[in-house]
Amino acid sequence: MSILDVRDLSVDYLTEDGVALHAVENLSLRVERGCSLGLVGESGCGKTTVMMGLLRLLPEEGRIVNGQVLFDGKDLLQRSEAEMRKVRWREISMVFQGAMNALNPVRTIESQIVEALLLHHIVNDGQAARRRAGELLELVGIPATRGSQYPHQYSGGMRQRAVIAMALACNPRVLIADEPTTALDVMIQAQILELLERLQADLNLALVLVTHDLGMVAEMCADVLVMYGGVAAEYASSDVIFNNPQHPYTQRLLQAFPDLEEPGSTLASIPGTPPRLDDLPPGCRFEPRCQCEWREAICAHRPPPLVEIEPGHRVACHWAARMV
Amino acid sequence: MERSNYILYKIGFAVITLLAVLLFNFVLFRILPGDPIKLIIHSPRMTREAQERIRASFGLDKPVWFDVQRLERGDVLGAFDTQFTAYLLNLLRGDLGISFATRGGVADLLKQRVWRTVILVFLGDVIAIMAGMAIGLIGAWRRGTRLDAGILLLALFTWALPTFFMGIILVLLLGRGRLPIGGMVTPGLRPADGLTYWIDVGKHLVMPTIAMAIVYTGEYILIMRSGVMEVLAEDYILTAKAKGLSTLRILRDHALKNAMLPMVTMIALTFGYTVGGAIQVETVFSWPGLGRLMYESIQKRDYPVLQGTFLLLAASVIIANLLADILYSVLDPRVKVE
Amino acid sequence: MGVIGALMLLLVVSVAVFAPWVAPYDPYERVQVTPEQILTPPDPQHLLGRDDAGKDVLSQLIYGSRVSLTVGFTASFMAMVIGTTVGLVAGYFGGRIGNVLMRVVDFLMVIPELPLMLVIIAVMGRGLLNIILVIGLLGWTYTARLVRSQVLSVKERQFVLRARSVGASSVRIMTRHIFPQVLPLVIAQAVLDISVAILAESTLAFLGLGDPTLVSWGNMLNFAFERGMSRRAWWFLLPPGFAIVWVSLSLVLIGNTLDEIVNPRLRTHHLFDPRRMIAPTLAVRPAQEREATEPT
Repeated sequence: MSILDVRDLSVDYLTEDGVALHAVENLSLRVERGCSLGLVGESGCGKTTVMMGLLRLLPEEGRIVNGQVLFDGKDLLQRSEAEMRKVRWREISMVFQGAMNALNPVRTIESQIVEALLLHHIVNDGQAARRRAGELLELVGIPATRGSQYPHQYSGGMRQRAVIAMALACNPRVLIADEPTTALDVMIQAQILELLERLQADLNLALVLVTHDLGMVAEMCADVLVMYGGVAAEYASSDVIFNNPQHPYTQRLLQAFPDLEEPGSTLASIPGTPPRLDDLPPGCRFEPRCQCEWREAICAHRPPPLVEIEPGHRVACHWAARMV
Repeated sequence: MERSNYILYKIGFAVITLLAVLLFNFVLFRILPGDPIKLIIHSPRMTREAQERIRASFGLDKPVWFDVQRLERGDVLGAFDTQFTAYLLNLLRGDLGISFATRGGVADLLKQRVWRTVILVFLGDVIAIMAGMAIGLIGAWRRGTRLDAGILLLALFTWALPTFFMGIILVLLLGRGRLPIGGMVTPGLRPADGLTYWIDVGKHLVMPTIAMAIVYTGEYILIMRSGVMEVLAEDYILTAKAKGLSTLRILRDHALKNAMLPMVTMIALTFGYTVGGAIQVETVFSWPGLGRLMYESIQKRDYPVLQGTFLLLAASVIIANLLADILYSVLDPRVKVE
Repeated sequence: MGVIGALMLLLVVSVAVFAPWVAPYDPYERVQVTPEQILTPPDPQHLLGRDDAGKDVLSQLIYGSRVSLTVGFTASFMAMVIGTTVGLVAGYFGGRIGNVLMRVVDFLMVIPELPLMLVIIAVMGRGLLNIILVIGLLGWTYTARLVRSQVLSVKERQFVLRARSVGASSVRIMTRHIFPQVLPLVIAQAVLDISVAILAESTLAFLGLGDPTLVSWGNMLNFAFERGMSRRAWWFLLPPGFAIVWVSLSLVLIGNTLDEIVNPRLRTHHLFDPRRMIAPTLAVRPAQEREATEPT
């Protein structure tokens, strides 16, 4: 059984006038124990919404209107808020986008890690907690003695690492990393990715990596889910995605990334912009930007279902499904 | 290191401000047209000796700032024998002059009355801060609800209310009740009467304190409410939620300390305003503290007392601000000199 | 709320402007009264009773609005002009000038306002002009701070840099480009400043330093307090105070609303009630259905 099995999750955002914007529709994904899943897409495609939704941390306007979030077999959406608080961080933890600001500026780094340790009874005594916090910091490459410092005394990269340390404090089974390296320079990026890889292997951690950077996904993830406009576009193992992408969006996305083996090829950009949530196309959401030669009338009228075109490879495209 | 720099800088600023106030005090009463001291000197109420004493201690026959003539004659030290120097020396000795009304020393008068104002301001402000913080926190937490709208309206209303008028309303409303509304003690009682005396004082303190507290609670509600609202929208609150902390714990362990920072700054900034309120409350309730003294000295044209009271009040506010700055530097690990 | 405030203010302003027609008596007229006619409670000829000199309280109340509004608007305008200028200069030029100016602002902010005003007026003498000057000259500090911080952030924006590269003079940049950005905030603050000025004037008058030749609410309260307290003359004590609150509150409501428009704040934060997050259609199912269906 997968550790995390999200089925048909739909999330709406309510505007002030009461209009429901369908930010995510019928999104399904699975994370296996100790494995990594990459969640890829442009800004605004709903990837963060899915993650916040499954932890029930949406903003006030957010509504989960459909679906199941099965964690180890049990549906999190059926849990009470009090029960959720036991699941959060202890079983599933998250490193947020812009993690540098995720730390409370007037408390020491150490105290914030200790807080998590004590809250979930990982340790029950203050001193032991401080020691464990030091160990966690060392794990991410920060000297334990710096635990008594404040966030503003750390560099951006260090803060990112500290947040990762904090996220691992309770030995969760799933770690969600939302854009863990934006705004960090390339060297630090590499360090952090290496760190995550190592931790994953050492702790048998299931990792969900949310990013718009395909390169990161290629390096780190076993499976990849490509999202577009709030729905799943393509879902397969990373091998398949990179070598045999079937969804036009995935194909264009790959073309937009430089390939070391073909230095002379031109970088393509995808003309147009992602769909506005208050003005969603009635059919395939990618259709307005799709330059596929096989585009047909059905593409603009009916949203393509996510179909398994070969074992372990799902695509939401009328054309790709036809080819099976 | 950063923090001690910050504190030194703030102390320096406080000292300079204090000196500027001293200078201002001097200038206001000596230089401006219609020099009140000269007027009073010739008032028939003053006895000969008092006039001479005043003339001597104020050195009104000497030059104001700097004696150029004596300097020219080579008398460097003597060049400083001026009104301004006399003023400074007197201050250092603790001599704030002589009251026109009572003929006694101003400093003594102030000493006698100081604690009465201190206790009133302290009690009133502390109650207002605690109530303001609690209500403000609730208002911010329950933002957008009718409770919050009500709290906001209440706070704005008390802000728009003049302090002295609040006092008048209280007097009219509760004047016939059990709590006395004027003065500090019932005539006839003395400190020697022990506990009875102090309880009586306490009873007299209730109404003025309530007046102070009500007016300033409104101000603090507004400050706390906006501070907490900002804090609760910050990322680290979301992180705290993601960690599995309950709302109450988040409020207590994360929101509160961060919201306190602007609160401390604003309490310090409004302290001058609080002192102004004390003047009004003391006047309305005839509470014999520094505020009432100021009011009386204005009416009686008792300029030395007015001057001395102003100096003391200004100095207290400057020092209070300094203490608040120091407290802030302790609470916020990020401080540094700009 | 702002609209209510505006209506409230409109009432007062109209009363002030049309005072001579609205008021039943002229409070500046000398009146001959007998002792029984002093401090009388309301009656049909004097809807708010009579004061300690036998004059009609209602008329004084109506005329008093003129003084309060005059002082309020004038002093606030003065403070606005000074504060904006100081803030613009300090923010735009920065460096030593900026520092010096801000130190002066800090200095003025630390000194307690009321004692300072009392002392200055006591020495300079009572009079409407003095009062306006004192309030205006001490009240510009908030505006200055506000303007300066706004200028600092606007200064680095594109259109300013463009103007500078074209060679526009500093003054021109400050007035034509930066000032319009700053104006909305200044106005929102100025409205609040008016209410502060009105409160200050009434406090000064109450403590005995108002202009003795004018009928103002503060002056009325001064007389009422000194002579009307013993008789609990509520008709004399309460109306001027309520009038002050009325005007003050109206300005505060307007100012608060303006502030929300100019300074939009976040409507929500993270600590809301999470129960609404899951749509009712997904409501908690009975216990036996809690476990998931078989995995695919």
